[in-house]
Amino acid sequence: MKKLSLFTICLIILVGSWVFLRFVVGGIISVPIPGSVIAMYMGLIVIAILVHISVEDSLFREFRRPILETLVDDKRRLHRRVLVVLIPLLLLGYTYLIIAQRANPPGSPRDAHPSPPLELTYKDEVIGTMQDVVNPFRHYEKDDPEAFKAHVENGKRVYHQNCFYCHGDHLDGQGHFAPYLQPLPANFQDPGIIPNFQESFFFWRIAKGGPGLPAAGGPWDSAMPVWEDTLTKDEIWDVILFLSDYTGYQPRTFGEAH
Amino acid sequence: MKISKKRLYLILGCVLVFYAVLAIAPAFAQDMSDAEYRPFPVIGSRTAAWIAAQLHLLFGSFILGVPMFAVIIEFIGWKTKDERYDRMAQEFIKLCMGAFSTTALLGGVLVFILIWCYPKVMSKLSGIFGPTMIFYVILFFGETFTLYLYSYGWDKMQGRHKGWHLFLGVLLNVWGTAIMFVSNSWLTYQTSPATQHGIISEMRKKSWMDEQLASDPALTPETVMEGVTDHTMIPLHNETTGEFMATVWDAVNNFTWMPVNIHRLIGNIAFGGSIVAAYAAFRFLVAKTKADKAHYDWMGYTGNFIALCGLIPLPFAGYWLGREIYMFNNTMGINMMGSLFSWLFIIQAVMIGVLFIGANYYLWSGMGRIQGAEIYARYRPYMIIAIIVCVAIWMTPRTLSKISTASELSAMGGANHPHLGFFGLMTAKNTAVNIVILTTFLSFLFYRRSGKTPTASWRKVGNIAISSIFFFAVVAIVVIGIVGFAVPTDFRVNVLTPWQVVIALAVMFAVTVLDVFMYRRAQTSGTIEWGEMTDRSQYVLILLAITFTSLMGLMGYARSGLREQWHVFGVMPDTSPDAFTPPLSEAVNMVAIIMVIFFALVGFIFWLGLWGEKKKQATTPVEAEVATESDD
Repeated sequence: MKKLSLFTICLIILVGSWVFLRFVVGGIISVPIPGSVIAMYMGLIVIAILVHISVEDSLFREFRRPILETLVDDKRRLHRRVLVVLIPLLLLGYTYLIIAQRANPPGSPRDAHPSPPLELTYKDEVIGTMQDVVNPFRHYEKDDPEAFKAHVENGKRVYHQNCFYCHGDHLDGQGHFAPYLQPLPANFQDPGIIPNFQESFFFWRIAKGGPGLPAAGGPWDSAMPVWEDTLTKDEIWDVILFLSDYTGYQPRTFGEAH
Repeated sequence: MKISKKRLYLILGCVLVFYAVLAIAPAFAQDMSDAEYRPFPVIGSRTAAWIAAQLHLLFGSFILGVPMFAVIIEFIGWKTKDERYDRMAQEFIKLCMGAFSTTALLGGVLVFILIWCYPKVMSKLSGIFGPTMIFYVILFFGETFTLYLYSYGWDKMQGRHKGWHLFLGVLLNVWGTAIMFVSNSWLTYQTSPATQHGIISEMRKKSWMDEQLASDPALTPETVMEGVTDHTMIPLHNETTGEFMATVWDAVNNFTWMPVNIHRLIGNIAFGGSIVAAYAAFRFLVAKTKADKAHYDWMGYTGNFIALCGLIPLPFAGYWLGREIYMFNNTMGINMMGSLFSWLFIIQAVMIGVLFIGANYYLWSGMGRIQGAEIYARYRPYMIIAIIVCVAIWMTPRTLSKISTASELSAMGGANHPHLGFFGLMTAKNTAVNIVILTTFLSFLFYRRSGKTPTASWRKVGNIAISSIFFFAVVAIVVIGIVGFAVPTDFRVNVLTPWQVVIALAVMFAVTVLDVFMYRRAQTSGTIEWGEMTDRSQYVLILLAITFTSLMGLMGYARSGLREQWHVFGVMPDTSPDAFTPPLSEAVNMVAIIMVIFFALVGFIFWLGLWGEKKKQATTPVEAEVATESDD
């Protein structure tokens, strides 16, 4: 069997990688990957190929040999003619695909997470600095497990009376209202949500809701109600205990330093 | 009427000067005798301060970084009695001399701009840091005269005076490091005007306790210290009035001072090495003789090696700095990594990816000039794959809402991809960084071994041991990374991630020791043909210097921008028209402009050096020696 040229191998890697990302990872294994992310990965693969073929002169000569042969060798006249037709056709097809697609508005330009204020407040009462405020019932986890359990149970009641319509009964952001909301409600089962923030951050988000989000980094378009109008401070702290107890994720702490 | 070219340029020049005067004239027409802020003509205060500060920092980084490795290279030359090292170290210091006065000049420009445009801020800073400013001047004199002695005395202080010359080199670094530490204290104070209870002065401890008692009548002198540990953060200012209540040392030794000091110290080495390598690459590309090519190839290799030595620990130092910023203020941390500046860190990942890919590319290219290095070429594709996969993980954003269409977001079921989203978390990124670092180390190991055959009887066992160390280290780093998804963040940040770092560092140390012993009496099976490098590899060295410069500019924007609308975070608000965080696009443009100015200035300074050299003999006997030298 004829050995494949370096150029052909690189072409196969390039096309194969795209097919793998677009249809295997973004289809069979998981949900589709955004085009921009695929473009980023493909860019890296192109760089990898360029690095490989250019690091040694001999490899570079081997890589460009079939290209030069196709361009100048009389035996490759047919290849040349096919390419002269094929390349414009491919470009034409690509242009058509871009123009023919339905209007697809960009996603939200908002930041990943809102920037919290320096001070945590409940209605107009200052509770303390965002950095230093801790959940007043968290210490029961070690000191009084029964009392802790009671607070978690209360949090569960509050959650199911108020939050689960959007955030879902599995706390995964798949509540009944979720399909009609954009952005989607937070998914507390995601390992990037609860472990990354202190409990004071969650208190702020619950208490102030969508209207309390900062001016910067938006538009947030959050449908989250202002829960300080409905819930007591203790109920908010209890529901935060329930979120971490149910998911198994611990909110961020700073150990000895605070 | 025909106008001569000379006259045309004169007229154009006059018109430009006229418009420049018109543009700045309104600034002089205003009464600003008692203003809090004064606008800088045309480009505005912030832009002017930004350009001057960043240029000053870039030049400062270069002149502080270069002497650190110059003195080490000089020492190697002294100990090995190899004159080539001595010559190269001297050439490095000559580059430094040219940039030294420009650094001082830019420092002066920055101070003038700050005093003119931000009088109130400067008044507050000088009120607190006055004594350190006097100290700074003394240090600056010390550094200037030591550098002059070190550079001009180079040829005189050879032979038995060499020890004293090396002492001057060390002293130069002491002055330089101290200068940087002092100026770092000013800017880190602006970011984190607080420090921990365990290290703050007794004076501030007492005043802080009094403040607590006054603010909460329920507290008593017995209960006020409940829950306060050595790690409790104590602000340096009265929390109600904003008055500075601490000592100068408290302000200097603020919470982020030391992490920034360490990060910059290492960064200076990497940056200095990359600029020297870029200079050598340029000289290599324009060299006319084989001897010159050989010399500058060797110099470029050394510069890149130094840059790599700095680059490898730099992510660890950066991680520590980031951790400290989170510890100081969680809001600031969230702004940095998860909110306002989060996309900046994706750009950072791209640029660090370029640095690692470029550094490895240069090493692999360099193996082409070593006979006997071919045996390692078969490992290269796997190393490329490892680096590219790790860089891809590092670059993957956590939240994709900004770069997805509405239908893509809908298909993903939210802003996070259910699987690729894991790559956006720090535990995945830290794992990727450690593996990239180990792969780069492996590239260097292969480079070091190229053209040598070990003669140690235990070489087979040694190679198995080294391979096993790499294998088990990578497995351990990946397992720790996976565990990191399931543990509390505090445990991951303080225990798991440091363990990953310890493993990576331990591998580098253990493998280096083993390799050095294994190759101690190695047979030379091939020679290094200095000067036989591709031009492509030299452009990579220039690319690395450009990337380092851009990266420093962008991270400077992050460090400064993290304060948001504060001159001193939480204490002194910015009430100027510039009290908003410039968007990333503006920052990128600014950094690009600064980079162009920097390279234009550096190019000019180096060109001046070359101009003076032209009359001298082009090739010294030492350089000619390099061309035929076979050892590295």
